[in-house]
Amino acid sequence: MPKKNTVPLAMALAAMASLVAMGTVNAQEKVIKIGQLGVMSGPAASWGLVNRYSAEAHAAMINEAGGWEVDGEKYRIEIVSVDDRNDPRTAIAGAERLIYQEGIKYIIGTNVDDTTQAILPTLAAGGAFAVSYGHTRSLFETPNDNTGLGNIAGYQMSPIIYKFLVEDRGITSVSFIARNDLNGLGNRDAGVEAAKALDLEILSSDATYETGTTDFFPVLSPLVRANPDMLVLSGVAPSDAGLLIRAARELGYTGIISTETAHDAAVLREIAGEAANGFISQGGASTPEIRTPYVEEFMENYESVAGEWNDEAGTKIYALEMILQTISAAGTAAITDVEAFKAVIPDVSLENPFVIGGEPRLRWVGADWFGHPRQVSVPVVVNEFQDGAFKTLVVTSVE
Amino acid sequence: MEQALVNGLVLGMNYGLIALGLTMIFSLMNVLNFAHGQMYVLGGFVTYFALNTLGVPYIVAVLLAVLALAAVGLLFEYALFRPVRKRSNREESTMLLAAGTALLLESLILLFFGEKQRGVPPVASGVFEIGGAFIPASRVLVFFVALAAIILFMMFMRYTRPGRALRAIAQDREVTALQGVNIQAYSALGFMIGAGLAGLAGALLITVLSVNSGMGTSISIKAFIMVMLGGAGVIPGAIIGAFVLGFAEAFGYAFIPSSMTYLLIFVGLIIFLIIRPQGVMGKPWG
Repeated sequence: MPKKNTVPLAMALAAMASLVAMGTVNAQEKVIKIGQLGVMSGPAASWGLVNRYSAEAHAAMINEAGGWEVDGEKYRIEIVSVDDRNDPRTAIAGAERLIYQEGIKYIIGTNVDDTTQAILPTLAAGGAFAVSYGHTRSLFETPNDNTGLGNIAGYQMSPIIYKFLVEDRGITSVSFIARNDLNGLGNRDAGVEAAKALDLEILSSDATYETGTTDFFPVLSPLVRANPDMLVLSGVAPSDAGLLIRAARELGYTGIISTETAHDAAVLREIAGEAANGFISQGGASTPEIRTPYVEEFMENYESVAGEWNDEAGTKIYALEMILQTISAAGTAAITDVEAFKAVIPDVSLENPFVIGGEPRLRWVGADWFGHPRQVSVPVVVNEFQDGAFKTLVVTSVE
Repeated sequence: MEQALVNGLVLGMNYGLIALGLTMIFSLMNVLNFAHGQMYVLGGFVTYFALNTLGVPYIVAVLLAVLALAAVGLLFEYALFRPVRKRSNREESTMLLAAGTALLLESLILLFFGEKQRGVPPVASGVFEIGGAFIPASRVLVFFVALAAIILFMMFMRYTRPGRALRAIAQDREVTALQGVNIQAYSALGFMIGAGLAGLAGALLITVLSVNSGMGTSISIKAFIMVMLGGAGVIPGAIIGAFVLGFAEAFGYAFIPSSMTYLLIFVGLIIFLIIRPQGVMGKPWG
């Protein structure tokens, strides 16, 4: 064989050998696959994409550190994402794909009530567990044992925010405007109950707006005219909050504006600017006052995954950590057996790695709300937007 | 009442700018451009990019948005719609293609500009109070720029040679071709103008309403409502449809429970189309 042919042949053989060797290494590497199912297209895309980027950034941190340890063995964490387009039928198809095609047992998502409601039978039939961001209580009550709540629901957040504002700012009246969907209306109803419990005067609670509304002047005009001490944006999406705040201020509203959902300071700064000063919302673990170096590392990773930081991710960092910590507590069996995972849920209790001081501890809570512990102990953080950034007003727990 | 009137007027003008491009493309090519909302969104994002990354003045950003969208319109017409129309006489083919281009644009916008809501600072600051109604200066500015753009567009269509050719194509494609008008070139021009108007709307309205990658579909739906109300393919009809929708929305939110507003708008639209399917000024469908 001429020499000019043997060199490329040898190189090809060497390349093949190295590929085979890499394949052997990959085959030996143990993997825990985690599904991420949520809305990643359309008007609410930011909700699901923040979950996806958070899970990917967090998984990258874990993998760079050598993997996640379960019973003395290290596992690489792999995130498999599926877009449900905020559509219940697509969510079912997505859950089936994750569970049956990918062999996944643990799913982060979905983002809203109706898609979570839709996948409940699939989770039960496929023996999978989902950490959801839908808020309706029944989603997490028996017999729906294969779901946990991944953040703070509006009905948990509203009483804390309103109580703080009554005591600290002396508010006496309130009006509500809600996004006209299950989450928005549910949060509005919970907010009205919380306001009644504090004897706040409710000036208006029937204002809603359709998904996709861009001009909020018409819907806000009657509310602003009544001039409540506080205007509550119920279940408002991050894409709407800045516009609502700006429109309310342009209409001459000077009272407090609050919401029970989490938001991004950069978006508020860009859309509403100074008009957003004083805006009260749910926070996570990322405000400078409470975050640990681990969260700062997560924020850097998030930026490299998503291109820029999003404050909403401060509440989304918890889901993957909680799933993996519970698997570790249950042992190897829980990687493929959700029953083993559920059995140790009441026993998981760790120092919170995301909050300075480690409190409130990382565990499954919510027994008072759902009849059994099915909620990740994301701390209840109340933030206030001021001059382009959030500052923390209150840190407490749902219990 | 005063605030509802002002809101209706401003909304109507904004909507008019959006509906014009859609009706232009429909009248010339009989194409229901489902990607019109996404073109509007892209116009907003190009403006955002030009202001924040390139650092150009706002007026240059607006021009860039119009030119970029005109180029997208030309590309779509030349590379996608023209070959499909050549190979298929079925209207479903271009409808499916238009739906596909909407998804394509939405995905590309998400990929390049991300999932966050984006906005730019208002071009004018301050709020006017007229007769008890509040109007931010930025909205007043957008109102007059949109009004000027609509008047210029109408004059172009009425008094210029290309405008007359475009109107002739809209009325009767074959007879116009027999008069020696280059149908393909003017169709491309029409698509460019339609897309450019969407870009202009996005560039103007990002200063007051901001944009996100997923809002295109709801914009398209509203644009279709306006065009159906006014009469598909008739330019003054699109303006009428825009103001009807703007005032219906403003008065609905002011005087009836807000969750009922769009329900009643759709019920009203259905009843209206049963009585007058071609819209206020329209030629009958088909």
